[in-house]
Amino acid sequence: MEDLLIKIEKRNDVPTTLYFFTPFIAIILTIIGGGIIFYTLGFNPIEALKFYFITPISNLYGFSELLLKATPLCLIAIGLSFCFKSNNWNIGAEGQLTFGAIVGGGVALLFYNQEGFYILPLIIIAGAIGGMIFALIPAILKTYFNTNEILVSLMLVYVSKLILDYLVVGPWSNPEGFNFPETRQFSDSARMPLLFEGLRIHAGIFIALAAVFVSWFVLYKTYLGFQIKVSGLSLKTAKYAGFKGKTMILIVFMISGACAGMAGVGEITGPIGQLHRMISPDYGFTAIIVAFLGRLNPFGIIFASLVVSLTYLGAETAQIFLQIPQYTGQVFQGMILFFLLASDYLLFFKIKFQNFNKNELRH
Amino acid sequence: MYKNFLRYLISAIFLITFSISAKADFKVGFVYIGPTGDHGWTYQHDEGRKAVEAAGIKTTYVESVKYGADAERVIRQLAQSGHDLIFTTSFGYMDATNKVAKDFPNVKFEHATGYKREHSNVSTYSARFYQGRTILGHIAGKLTKTNTIGYIASFPIPEVIRGINAMTLAAQKVNPNIKTKIVWVFSWYDPGKEAEAAQALIDQGADIIMQHTDSTAPVQTAEKAGIWSFGQASDMQRFAPKSILTSIIDDWAPYYVERAIAARDGTWSQQDTWHGLKEGMVAMSPYNKGMGADLVKEAEQLQKDLASGKIHSFTGPIYDQKGNILVAEGKVADDGMLLGMNVYVKGVEGDIPK
Repeated sequence: MEDLLIKIEKRNDVPTTLYFFTPFIAIILTIIGGGIIFYTLGFNPIEALKFYFITPISNLYGFSELLLKATPLCLIAIGLSFCFKSNNWNIGAEGQLTFGAIVGGGVALLFYNQEGFYILPLIIIAGAIGGMIFALIPAILKTYFNTNEILVSLMLVYVSKLILDYLVVGPWSNPEGFNFPETRQFSDSARMPLLFEGLRIHAGIFIALAAVFVSWFVLYKTYLGFQIKVSGLSLKTAKYAGFKGKTMILIVFMISGACAGMAGVGEITGPIGQLHRMISPDYGFTAIIVAFLGRLNPFGIIFASLVVSLTYLGAETAQIFLQIPQYTGQVFQGMILFFLLASDYLLFFKIKFQNFNKNELRH
Repeated sequence: MYKNFLRYLISAIFLITFSISAKADFKVGFVYIGPTGDHGWTYQHDEGRKAVEAAGIKTTYVESVKYGADAERVIRQLAQSGHDLIFTTSFGYMDATNKVAKDFPNVKFEHATGYKREHSNVSTYSARFYQGRTILGHIAGKLTKTNTIGYIASFPIPEVIRGINAMTLAAQKVNPNIKTKIVWVFSWYDPGKEAEAAQALIDQGADIIMQHTDSTAPVQTAEKAGIWSFGQASDMQRFAPKSILTSIIDDWAPYYVERAIAARDGTWSQQDTWHGLKEGMVAMSPYNKGMGADLVKEAEQLQKDLASGKIHSFTGPIYDQKGNILVAEGKVADDGMLLGMNVYVKGVEGDIPK
């Protein structure tokens, strides 16, 4: 009697080029998978995909919107890459974004109706500090009380949203706003300068780009970056090497929180211009996909943030032109992550089929 | 110099793309806050859209568009992709609608339930839902045994507070001991939160549930608990056949068809519309016979009187929670007061979130 035996073995030699190439395979598989879904829904798959991936960026306005959407995703994902590279699972970037926006927005309201070149930088710094403080909570609890940072950071998302709710409904609500839960519009000095007339793309993109270069430098050219990477590969090795684990955990969470906080400030001082209850369509969570799709590499993250933003814009145009439900955008994001994880699995493990003779065992 | 040149160049490209993408076909776009399958607010707007489509005019919709940065892009995309008239069907789209309207003077915009008309191509429209609330209040006041009415509210804006007050005043008229308990969910559509709110109100002794939110979760919760409820925005009867006494129906179809045809024929002009039972923008679904034949008759009579103007939902004397007079005896509240309403009347429990 012979049975087929499936054996899973770890591969020892994974080529780096292939490692950076699999995200592209995942994207291609997502496009194929998307085409099949559109086909089964009764749409012409080629036409649907064209509306999804080409129409949104076929003009300057669309392209600027893509950059606008990618800016916070890129910035948050850069911050997260510090955490993830060092095996710290910060899932609460959404909360850090929200709290950063609260602190930054508070400063903006403080300077309501005032002009001055110093106001915007103050708001950005305040936002970064806000995000940092909020990220320090799970970091301190992890280092000193051994709590699980995944749970703590995730639960804090809801805390931050409730604080925001309280503020925009209550003490910070616009006195002329008919009780609607939103603050006043920020004054011009508290708004990100627009790069072009008529487009919404703003100076926040430079913060994201600066973050990309700084993170590349820190991760690949400094001792701290080396520590982060070693801890990520093996915590034991890091311990033997005598790295101060606790300080590093605090630092990566602070970097991550500051980036998320600045992303929040970019949204409220950029396209939104005030605080209200929905300052982010879950950028903090989507950025987790972006970070992994970008292989936690600063330049990979730029690329990944553009791809993921396109799935958002594509979902809107596909609905406008073909009336495909907008939720397909989330399906696409899910598929990208699924195919990426699946191809990673196949990249790091090989599957062996063996013939296995049970009778032999009995003798 | 160079910088300016670049700016002009980009603006020029920008404008050219706009003019190319404009098409000859007359098209109407709709922006929805919830999914078309909410069987409440958005569902009714989509029924209106279908009526426009049936009148031979092409339509497009985008559902579940969040307030904030996304709303402006979606509205802009609709304007840019050749839509000539755009309905933005939630209060929170107010600023985004006006912003986009400024850049597209040839496109007409209609914003539901808002008050800002910053450009001549923006109209606003809403319905006098409070008239329906008066009928609900009358029925609830007669039927409640615990004298406690549970009210699931969305945002503390005048529109919602007006509904709470209209209901409470009508209930007090037939039952002076009535109390209105409110739970704020701070969302228009969140079935989970709405169901929890309904349960919380039932636990606090409410034996009639009504809502100013869009999902069917509250009426379903009421059905399970075996108590009365009222549907909102759309006829929700099939989701809670025993529990629902009646639903306030928003009927946008005639208005949408009229405005779409006016825009197509070039007779559209800016206006601020506030229609009610009289014009049919607010309607009541068939009354549940379980409330008793007499009460059905009373409700139908009240509906007629509200439509004809014989009865006004806000007739004095009306007092606020502290007992200060808001509307004197024999007077009725004017539209200005109704539009800015931001205090509870006597009999409502709790404070407006501030």
